[in-house]
Amino acid sequence: MTMTPAPTKPWAASTKDRAIDGAIFVVSLLSSYLLVFITPLKGKLAYFACFFITYAIITTGIKGIQRGNAAAKDALVNSLVAIGAIVTVIPVASILLTVLQKGLPGISFGLFTHDMALATPTDPLSNGGLLHAITGTLTLMVLALIMSVPIGILTALYLTEIKGRFTGPIRFLVQAMSGVPSIVAGLFILSAILYPITKAYSGFMGALSLTILMIPTIARTSEEVLNLIPNDLREAGTALGGTQWRTVAMIVLPAARSGLVTAVILGVARIAGETAPILLLTGGGDRVNPNAFNGPMGSLPYYIWKSFNAGSPEAITRAWAGLLVLVGLVLFLFTSARFLGARKVSK
Amino acid sequence: MDSSVKPSSLADVANAKSPKMPGTSALGTGLETRGVHAWFGKHHALSNISLDFAAGTVTALIGPSGCGKSTYIRTINRMHEFIPGAAMAGEVLLDGKDVYAPGTDVTKIRLQIGMVFQKPNPFPSMTIGENVLSGLKLAQLKTDKKDDLLEECLERAGLWNEVKDRLGAHGGSLSGGQQQRLCIARALAVRPQVLLMDEPCSALDPGSTLRIEETIRQLSDTMTIIIVTHNMQQAARVSDYTAFFLSDGGPGQMIEVAPTSEIFSRPQDSRTESYVTGRFG
Amino acid sequence: MSTQDLVIPAPREILTQPRRSDKVFRGVVTGGGLSSLAILGLIAIFLTYRGFEVLRQEGIGFITHSDWSISTDDAGNVLESHFGLAAMLAGTILCSLIAVVIAVPISVFSALFLNFYAPGWLKNILITIIDMMAAFPSILFGIWGFLVLMPSVEYWAKLLHRYLGFIPVFDMQVPVYTRSPFVAGVVLSIMIIPIITSVSREIFSQAPLDRIQAAYALGATRWAMIKAVVIPHGRSGVIGGAMLGLGRAMGETVAVFTVLNIVFQVNWQMLLGAGGNVASLIILKFGDASPYEIKALMAAGLILFLLTLVVNALANLIVKTTGKSGR
Repeated sequence: MTMTPAPTKPWAASTKDRAIDGAIFVVSLLSSYLLVFITPLKGKLAYFACFFITYAIITTGIKGIQRGNAAAKDALVNSLVAIGAIVTVIPVASILLTVLQKGLPGISFGLFTHDMALATPTDPLSNGGLLHAITGTLTLMVLALIMSVPIGILTALYLTEIKGRFTGPIRFLVQAMSGVPSIVAGLFILSAILYPITKAYSGFMGALSLTILMIPTIARTSEEVLNLIPNDLREAGTALGGTQWRTVAMIVLPAARSGLVTAVILGVARIAGETAPILLLTGGGDRVNPNAFNGPMGSLPYYIWKSFNAGSPEAITRAWAGLLVLVGLVLFLFTSARFLGARKVSK
Repeated sequence: MDSSVKPSSLADVANAKSPKMPGTSALGTGLETRGVHAWFGKHHALSNISLDFAAGTVTALIGPSGCGKSTYIRTINRMHEFIPGAAMAGEVLLDGKDVYAPGTDVTKIRLQIGMVFQKPNPFPSMTIGENVLSGLKLAQLKTDKKDDLLEECLERAGLWNEVKDRLGAHGGSLSGGQQQRLCIARALAVRPQVLLMDEPCSALDPGSTLRIEETIRQLSDTMTIIIVTHNMQQAARVSDYTAFFLSDGGPGQMIEVAPTSEIFSRPQDSRTESYVTGRFG
Repeated sequence: MSTQDLVIPAPREILTQPRRSDKVFRGVVTGGGLSSLAILGLIAIFLTYRGFEVLRQEGIGFITHSDWSISTDDAGNVLESHFGLAAMLAGTILCSLIAVVIAVPISVFSALFLNFYAPGWLKNILITIIDMMAAFPSILFGIWGFLVLMPSVEYWAKLLHRYLGFIPVFDMQVPVYTRSPFVAGVVLSIMIIPIITSVSREIFSQAPLDRIQAAYALGATRWAMIKAVVIPHGRSGVIGGAMLGLGRAMGETVAVFTVLNIVFQVNWQMLLGAGGNVASLIILKFGDASPYEIKALMAAGLILFLLTLVVNALANLIVKTTGKSGR
């Protein structure tokens, strides 16, 4: 009985390969410094660019000599795809870092407890706060939720449960709706409801336009989630003598519950930062306004916008602080949606 | 699997083939595998396969499903390593050189050891002509005699007469059997020494199957062929040697290898005998 | 008994009357489903209704002229008005095109990296990051673009002008680089990279495994395999994704507004600090617009609506048909 040998991976990079890779890395690094030194290029971007160009040239050249044309092209593409991935991710890092860096100085306890009723954006930071913005954004989100979730889920139900003859057109229209620019949604509510009917800015108007933007997101994600529910469940319900609506209400929807919640959260995250329709419709009040149907309503995007446009250093810091809060909110929603989605899979 | 098949009738089929002399020097010294093991993560799938394939022969690998025959041939052309968590041990020697030796250019290995898959997979975005020559293009190999090569490969694959007037048609426009012969032609274009075939006829109708089997017999003049098959009659018709693989819950092992007529008439191992007489499988 | 005696009966008609509760259910759900039709239709109707007067007055000039001015007397009556979107449309198209040209190669390479090069753990992390980027509010990109990206871009634009100024599109009389369509294009590209990457990633992951194996078995390198199998398969899908990104970029308001000077002159020189797009025009003028001007803004919104509708419809059509045939 011979001993079983240990499993190996002879195709994995050997020590020699790794050493060569390391050497190329170091050489590219050094030449990037050299290039930046002798040419008028400057800045972090210049270093990155020189490094990658040198790395790409060296690896392509070496592989080309060793193994021929096909291997050279392969090595070049290796560098290019890595560059692509890094370039995609750098802005995120930069944005997050900037928001933290510039927003933190503006964060204080007072920020969350005061509104701007007695202050202007150019005042020193200890005056005023964004309480009205937070309550405003939350109010808008809740209102928009109440209106868009039923419609969104009903649309998804039509596409997955009823599958009538409008299925094709409706799916097409939902896609089309998701492409509507936010400002157009704002103009629509302006022209259809605000001007003829209410004639005044209010939070509700803003919520209406946000509803239009949320419905497609909720409908599409819900449709995907509902499609994942195996048909056996539906058949079991009907075989037991249930009507369609009972089957849907008592079997399908509960089974899809966490997925639907994810869909809703994603919809909310989408509109949390929408600015354009807010600017058109809500009037951007400076005080906490609990009544969404009467009087201008503040919100985080409006607050940020107003502070940014005021221009002074204090105002700009206010804007960054507002952005920090907004990004924090969006990230919180995003992570909750992810977390719930992951749990659904493991169920 | 017809349990009334008697080993002797398969042996008769095997004997009915014209005899071949294995190993001419133009083909190199053939392929040897020594102590090949394969793992998928922790799962030990193949154990200690030592098998030699003389140049110019056709060897059939038979055995029930799941005993590692496909995994085995994929360790030969180094396709096994694409699976995440894959590991192996042992040596695969082509002309005496280990294909897993450090520093080996794996793409060159795959040019020398070609593969035909169970489901025909021509490239639909290329014409028939382009499909045949795609191996050259992928490896950036130059040749000035493209048309000659094209005709030769299609001829050897038994497809030339059927497609010579429509080389510009798309690769997907052929029937299943024709597509598989196109894949064979494609594999031939890069002039491999060894051709691995993973159940090449199992998705085809009997007529196409027989034509491909003829092709295999003819191709073995210039290359070594290893064919995985579930069909023992096919093994009897086509191969010079047959190896029987089996896994009894553990890793797959090679139980017995012998000239084809012998393995069907006088199998040495009782398990081989059970399989070829159809008691299981 | 012969087969002639066997008569094949006609199929029975199965008539099921759904219960009333189900009828109500179906009605409600269908109504909900048709709401998107209703909403889109209403948008078109109202914007046309409001903007009709201006459209009728300006005619086709609304799209081809570049003036935007209105003069009223003390009573608020309109004396004279010229409304033309040409400059803004040119700006919309220019900024969005720049964004797509920059974003598509980066997104395609990223998608390839994620699908074929990245180890599993890295792939998951990057996908999370990219999805997160898609959730960032556009005002964040606008302000970051203005305060952080622009100084950096200014430097690189100066370089481009100095060394590549012989190419007409990089040349300009007044070296005003900041607040140019180029910067707006860069900000927009960063915003649409997540969308295009996601779509491309989906498409690439559906490349047929058996052909991928065939390519490798023929001795292909990874890039050769991608070129032979993945790209032909995914080409139309990537185009669809690019058009989705284009549609998104065209409708962006705030991100462009902060970064672009609005000037009413058709400008195709992307490094010149002038331009504007339709959406940011609306925001700019909305604040103190007279009722008549508001109608013009409504008309502008209608044009934008139709434009993005067409682009998005085309995009979705392309992505749908690719998913099926894979060619």
